[in-house]
Amino acid sequence: MTFKLPPGLALQKVDEKIMTLNVGPQHPGSGHMRLIVQIDGDYIVACDPDPGYVHRGEEKMAEYRNYILNIPHLERPVIHDSCNVLYPYVLGSEEILGIEVPERAKYVRVIASELNRCIYIMYWLAIYGIFLGHSTMFMWPAGDRELLIDLMEKMTGARVTHAHFVPGGVRNDLPPNFEDVCLRQVNYFEKRIKEYAAIFYDNPILIARTRDTGVLSRQDAIRYGTTGSVLRASGVDYDLRIKEPYDVYEELDVHTNVMKEGDSYARSKIPWLDMLESCNIIRQALQKMPKSGSVRTKLKPNPKGKGLDSVYKRVESGRGSLGCYIVSDGKVEPYRVKLSVPSFRNLIALPNLLRGEKLGNMPSVYWSLNYWPVEADR
Amino acid sequence: MSVIAPKFKLSEFIKSLLDNIFWIILLLVLIGVPAVFIILFVIPMPVIDGELLTPFLALTWLADPTRILPVVKAFMGTDIFRVMAFPGFGFAALLAAGTIFVERKMLAKLQLRVGPFYCGKFEGILQLMGDGLKLISKEIIIPAKADKPIFWAAPVLFVAAAAAFVAFIPVAPGWVVADVDLGLLGVFAVIGFFPIITILSAWSANSKFPFIGGIRALFQMVSFEIPLILSLLGVVMLTGSLNLSEIAASQSVFPWIVFLPVGAIVFFITMLAELERIPFDLPEAESEIVAGWLTELSGMMYGLVQLGTYLKLYAFAGLFVVLFLGGWNGPMIVPPFPAELLTTGITIGPITAGPFPGLPLFTQEMLNGTLMFVLKTAGVIFFILLPRGVFPRIRVDMLLNLGWSKLIGLAFVNIFIALGLLYAGVLGPGGLQ
Repeated sequence: MTFKLPPGLALQKVDEKIMTLNVGPQHPGSGHMRLIVQIDGDYIVACDPDPGYVHRGEEKMAEYRNYILNIPHLERPVIHDSCNVLYPYVLGSEEILGIEVPERAKYVRVIASELNRCIYIMYWLAIYGIFLGHSTMFMWPAGDRELLIDLMEKMTGARVTHAHFVPGGVRNDLPPNFEDVCLRQVNYFEKRIKEYAAIFYDNPILIARTRDTGVLSRQDAIRYGTTGSVLRASGVDYDLRIKEPYDVYEELDVHTNVMKEGDSYARSKIPWLDMLESCNIIRQALQKMPKSGSVRTKLKPNPKGKGLDSVYKRVESGRGSLGCYIVSDGKVEPYRVKLSVPSFRNLIALPNLLRGEKLGNMPSVYWSLNYWPVEADR
Repeated sequence: MSVIAPKFKLSEFIKSLLDNIFWIILLLVLIGVPAVFIILFVIPMPVIDGELLTPFLALTWLADPTRILPVVKAFMGTDIFRVMAFPGFGFAALLAAGTIFVERKMLAKLQLRVGPFYCGKFEGILQLMGDGLKLISKEIIIPAKADKPIFWAAPVLFVAAAAAFVAFIPVAPGWVVADVDLGLLGVFAVIGFFPIITILSAWSANSKFPFIGGIRALFQMVSFEIPLILSLLGVVMLTGSLNLSEIAASQSVFPWIVFLPVGAIVFFITMLAELERIPFDLPEAESEIVAGWLTELSGMMYGLVQLGTYLKLYAFAGLFVVLFLGGWNGPMIVPPFPAELLTTGITIGPITAGPFPGLPLFTQEMLNGTLMFVLKTAGVIFFILLPRGVFPRIRVDMLLNLGWSKLIGLAFVNIFIALGLLYAGVLGPGGLQ
């Protein structure tokens, strides 16, 4: 029988031993995405990630709104990390609009950004726990996260989507007595997350399950263009807070955590160490922050850029380097806004990491890549 | 268009209920009562203790303890009571329900939550009933290409096998459903059914995730049955019997866990694996294979499998208690039966009750034995539930490695310990026990 295929398509030869599993989009072990996994017995032969189920056209939407109105929807890709997602856009539009930011606002931004990083990592850690079948590790971070969410609510008025950063500073000043409350909550939070080591990171079964699985070598990590915790778990000391310090990070003493193994265990431990580091940064920022002063340079209504202009700014978000490219043609709206997201970069490594692994390692390797499906689709 | 309740009104619902009650009473009075009297007119009533049995007299006897107690006592000696109520299904189901409640509340306390809270006035105690009602009321969906008879039969068979397992567990001296001489072999035979039922259910669903889950369950159960059987050989050697009642009775001085701790540990780990509990819940690993071999089961079919799982959990915990913790043996803490109830009756204030000649429905030994058994079983169940809050799930290769190399080796060590104890004369004839 001759069957003519349409141009551009080819028949795939299927081995009878190989079973194709559609993990997602309706599967407890996938996010808003699909992993097409081919397994031979218990071993994964090939894995084809299929993102794109939550594409919302954030970049196109940004071309129809002015610089202020873009703020609430541009933080939607990762609502748990909303300050950090908005950060590069705000930095870029400040440069395009030519605004100076008050010193106190810079410190407030750093505090909000670090708190939000912890909130995101706690959510990520909760899901990592339940992916490994550890229900206590799902409930504890989900509960302790509330400490910081309450703090953000005091600071910004919203629990999850804050829309707090604006070009020219932050929307509101800190509430009275915030410094003391923040210091107390952060100290308690640090004490709490140190307890996770006993039940999770030092757990012998967890170590046996995630050590030497999905190993990403240093060369591959650089070659695939991975960022953030994935890159640092493979032994590359790369953190934008140190390499390209923005706002007041150069005045603070920031350390990064690097591990050499590059396996799932290292990739899951780096974010936890990052949280401890964030607590340090918040304490330093609270100490060095000017006690009074303006937090926002007021803009005129409908601010415009100065002619044809473009700017690329990036920050270290909870998942890695997050960049925002803004092109202005001198109008009220930006001509083009492009988000360069860490999730999609980290996902590129997934097919190579899963090839040859056992099916039981799929959830831990997949989620250890610090991947957030909504951010990758934007 | 909603077919079930097009226009639901509470007042009409109450009215229809009252209508039904009215008609039932009316029909009963007009037809039922005359029919009873016609029957009584035709049939000669028996004469008991020199009195003619009339309906009025029968009703008075129901309230007379001297008459009704022997009937109750006779019913408690029957096999059907043993199978359905006390050492059998009803008792096990009650303990299983308690296990589910304790599991949910205990894990909740461990994980910074409150657990079931609203259903029932006290701490969500009726949550299980609500869940059961929900499962019953759900639609049962069978996959289109499933092998329907086998798919239907598997959950029922699962509960049946679990109930058969429960039948072997002696609760108190003489209180066991099936007191067979080869009781332990019977237990092994029943445990051997579970992988077959699991793989039948998984394969007949004709779906990928249940199939993988079924294969995993098969691997797990078959590879852990061998250390399970081997770890119990030590107890059998020391006791010289396969009868579970005799094994329990032989531990009146020391429970076997004192001499065979290695066997107890091996048995406990294999027990966790056979029960598919965390850290061995690979057949139901939700982040990998949705719900494993339970994926396609819906409604009460899933509920039956859950019931069977918890019956199995009770039975395994009971087996651990009987084999290693001394079964019903323990200090006598139940007070003796007050003898004056049998002879003169008891006087509390103005009321004098008794005498009740047929009263001690259960002996003191039986009550104390049951109490001891339930306390020990609850302790073992607690330790079965605890790993769920502490450990993540392990992987198939780690599981098989553990089962085939480490646990079998430890089981042999246990056998040599038992042999050493026998030959050294510490235990056995002339020894401690």
